[in-house]
Formats: sequence, structure tokens, C-alpha cells
Amino acid sequence: MWTWFHRLASPPTFYRFAERLAPWLLVAGLALIGAGVWQGLFVAPADYQQGDAFRIIYVHVPAAALSLSVYTAMSVAGAVALIWRMKLAEVAVVTAAPIGASFTALALVTGMLWGKPTWGAYWVWDARLTSELVLLFLYLGVIGLHQAYSDPRTAARACAWLALVGVVNVPIVHYSVQWWNSLHQGSTLLSAEAITNPKMAPSMLKPLLMSMAGSYLFFGAVWLRRMQNGVLLRERRSKWVREIGLPAWPADVPNGRPLSGGPGTARRGDRA
Amino acid sequence: MTKRNQRLLGVAALLIGVGVAATLGFTAFRKNMMYFYTPSDLAAGTVPVGAAAQLGGLVEAGSLVRGDGLKVEFRVADCAKNIPVRYEGVLPDLFREGQGVVADGYMNDEQVFVATRILAKHDENYMPPQVADALKGNPDTGKHSCMPFKAVDKTVAAS
Repeated sequence: MWTWFHRLASPPTFYRFAERLAPWLLVAGLALIGAGVWQGLFVAPADYQQGDAFRIIYVHVPAAALSLSVYTAMSVAGAVALIWRMKLAEVAVVTAAPIGASFTALALVTGMLWGKPTWGAYWVWDARLTSELVLLFLYLGVIGLHQAYSDPRTAARACAWLALVGVVNVPIVHYSVQWWNSLHQGSTLLSAEAITNPKMAPSMLKPLLMSMAGSYLFFGAVWLRRMQNGVLLRERRSKWVREIGLPAWPADVPNGRPLSGGPGTARRGDRA
Repeated sequence: MTKRNQRLLGVAALLIGVGVAATLGFTAFRKNMMYFYTPSDLAAGTVPVGAAAQLGGLVEAGSLVRGDGLKVEFRVADCAKNIPVRYEGVLPDLFREGQGVVADGYMNDEQVFVATRILAKHDENYMPPQVADALKGNPDTGKHSCMPFKAVDKTVAAS
């Protein structure tokens, strides 16, 4: 088990492993999301109170669940990167942030679109909404911090520290609706009560669980692909990358960043 | 101690430190994190007369009286107390007796909450209409629970 784990941490082994696994995750994830959303929109009954407006749950809840899970995964990778100095974990931290930020933004936007017809307001500053917005800023902070350093290893370690500090926000987002009065309702799926007494009719719950499972698989596929890219970029001068037979790099890429990669990429002293 | 163990300790210390700081901070500012006061809080005089506040609770069954135009009066209750609310304006679609609501407004000197905006607070239960109809015979279900409405002032909650 451990030897397998150690081997997986080596970039070439990881690259080949991801190359095999990612397509399956992507196909399974998209199939589950498609089936879940289709059933949620066309098969599941309308809600007794909200009517069809509740159907946004099939996008909102998976996005919100992923926004927290991705952050947790990112900070675990951050801890591994800091303690064991594992290069693959460093790549994992910086590549997870944009995916997590996208899920968080999707959760916020779908929540607002649902909030207007249901609550009567797009946005209120209650504990759940505010802490989810803080989560988005934490992701954006990690992305920004990564852009701010020219050395990819220093950048990744700074990102890992920020990811670890911010992980305190994850339980706050999740428990905000229990600890404090909020406009946002309590958790339908993850509460002790819900195990014995489900809070959602089975015909509505099944598509939700499908689209959630699909979102996790989809995230897995996207993360693996992004990590593969990160690994290739870092290891571009090594023998195994050349042996894979990718087209040659157009020019030497300074400090592991593409030449025209936005602000912060070109610095004095970089070889152009 | 190896370098790796030092880093392990550093990460653990950071997580514990941030966790303790967050716990202390949020315990101290518990009241400020609350989006609304409950009827128990307002009945106990936690909020001064005329000060802007949010009131959250359930629209008490049988309390809704519609006046001229868009004027409505009803009572908002938590598990213990209730407060009369006066409002003129558009109500959210989900507004009904037994529904959770959050009202922006203030307490006037007659102990009536004058609302300037009313939002519906949804609960975590989802079901098709047929199931909801079947539950109507049971007084405990099909209606929102008073449990999510927690008194901001802990002394009020105890009394």
C-alpha cells in the first residue's frame, strides 16, 4: 500500500496513472450529472411549496458540496506539500484552487437565482452566505498568491499555508446554519436527524445523489488533468517528459509559466 | 527531531492556533453572527424601542389579518413567545401561516414590530404535493418547525 503510494508520488508514474484514470472519471461523471440533472428537471415531482423553483437544487447542492470538499482536499494536499515536501502535492494545491473557485461561484450564483423567488432577496448577509463568499475569496487568494511568485515551489508553499489557514472556514460554512440564526435553511442531507427521517422525498433525492456523485467524479477528472499539466510544465526538461513524445515547447518557458500567461509572468531577469 | 517532524508540528500548531482563535472569536461575537432576533429576544427587551432589527420566526396559525390594500398584521412566534407584526407591502410568494419568515423593521413603543421588508425562510424539507397533503392530518408535520429559531440572548433562552 505505502510503496504503491510512494511510487504514485513520482511524477512519471502519476502522469501515466492519471492518463489512464481521467477519461473514465470524466465519462462516468458526465453521465451521472447528465442523468441526475435530466431526472431532476423532468422526472422528479415539483415541490409542495416551491413548485419548480426547487429544481435548482440539482445544480446548487452539488456545487456547494464540491466547494467545501475541494477546499478540504486542497488543504490536505497543502499539509502534505509542506510536511513531506512532495512536489506532486504542491501541484495538487495550486491546480485545485481554480476548480474550487468555479464551484463556489456556481453555488453562489445559483443560490442567488433561487433566493430571489423563494426568499424575496438575491442576497442577505447571513452567516451561511457570508462564509461561502469568504470561501470564494480564499480560493481567489490562493490563485492570486500563486501568480505573485515567480518560483513555482515558493508559490506552491505560500499557497499551501494560505489553504491551511483558510480550512477553518470549511466547518464554519457547513455548521453556520446550526450555530447561528440564518436565512438559509438547515442541511437536508448531512444531519444526524436526516439518517432516520429523510428530509427529502426519495423521488427527489435520487437524482440529487446522482448529480452529486457525478460532480465528484467530474472534479476528479478535471483535477487529474490539471495536475498532469502542472507536472508536465514543471518537469519539462526531464527525460521522461521528452520520451512521452509531446510536441516540443515553443521556447524555453521561464519559471514554469507560459510566456503569455497574464500578469506576473514576465519579470526582470527571466529568460525570454 | 527531524526537519519533517518540525514541519509537522508547525502545521499542527497553525491549525490548532487558527481553530482556537476562531472558536474564541466567534463565541465572543455570537450575537453579531445572528441574522435575526427571535420573538423571545424582543419580548425580553433585548433590542431597544425604535432600533433597526431583524425578527425571525413562524407566522402563527390563525393570526393573519389582511387590512386595506397591502396592509397585513400577524404574529411571529418561536417555540416560546410571539410578537405582533405590522407590515405594508408585497409579501414573498411563499408567505403563509406556519411559514418561517424574517422581517426587517423595528419595535415601536406599543410592543408591535413594524416591518419594512419580509423575507420567507424556507426549511430543509422537500416533498411532492401529494405527500404534503397526506401529512396535513398530522399536526406535527407539513408545517415548519420552531427549532431553527434560536434566541440570540442566552439568558432569554434559559427562561
